[in-house]
Amino acid sequence: MESTDKGIPFSNLIIIIASGILFGLGLSVSEMVNPARVLGFLNILGPWDPTLIFVMGGALTVAVPGFQYARLMHKPVLGMSFSMPGKKDLDKKLILGAVLFGIGWGLAGICPGPSLVALNAFDGRIVLFVVALLAGLLFHDKVLSS
Amino acid sequence: MTDFSFINAFSGGVMIGFAVILMWLFLGRITGISGIIGGIVMPEKGQVSWRVIFVLSLVTGGAIYPFLWGRDLAVTLDYSWPVYLVAGLLVGVGTRMGSGCTSGHGICGLARLSNRSIVATVTFIATAALTHTVFSLITA
Repeated sequence: MESTDKGIPFSNLIIIIASGILFGLGLSVSEMVNPARVLGFLNILGPWDPTLIFVMGGALTVAVPGFQYARLMHKPVLGMSFSMPGKKDLDKKLILGAVLFGIGWGLAGICPGPSLVALNAFDGRIVLFVVALLAGLLFHDKVLSS
Repeated sequence: MTDFSFINAFSGGVMIGFAVILMWLFLGRITGISGIIGGIVMPEKGQVSWRVIFVLSLVTGGAIYPFLWGRDLAVTLDYSWPVYLVAGLLVGVGTRMGSGCTSGHGICGLARLSNRSIVATVTFIATAALTHTVFSLITA
């Protein structure tokens, strides 16, 4: 998406807002915003909650054909080019990052999207999680990889 | 197995699927939440405002849910605050190092059939299940 000093074009704005609201509603409807649901899925030895599998299944049912259809397009409908993630190789950073993320996700049952939607619950612990998440993102770039 | 609603899970997932497809087909953007908020705290010129608008819309989706669906937004937190502090830091460092989270790798990346995302998703789900299991045993 190309942003200019004139700001974001109105049509792009509609897509961003629609996508954000749809994403927030989807996390709410599916209850993925509730850490107890996520921990129930990760609880492989006890009573198991399969919700997360069906959420991913529902999302991929739409997203797989959508992303594959996009291969036929030269550029996005409103943008100049697809911002394709550049890295192709499996490296140590990918694995170590996924492990660290997995430990944090497994401890609290919260990942970035749901943490933002869960701010609506007005619980200080969610606010703390989000502040720590932002600090972690900054810490990686400013300290670990500099 | 615990009580769960297939319809709520699947239809919520479909909504998330449409959300990421809108961003990709119309704007060519991957809807990875860790990447989007990372681009707000570490700003690139001209790439901040769309991210802020997306995050505000995401939060708004959760805010209007109780009015549209007539149900409360349940957020059940089982632990005390230090767990959320440590978990948040790990999620922040890990998603930045690993270039994505549940949305960027787990949905967009899998939908693109990206090798990196398939490996990342299997790794973080397995690690999270192991972590939760061990943490439950030692805090029981």
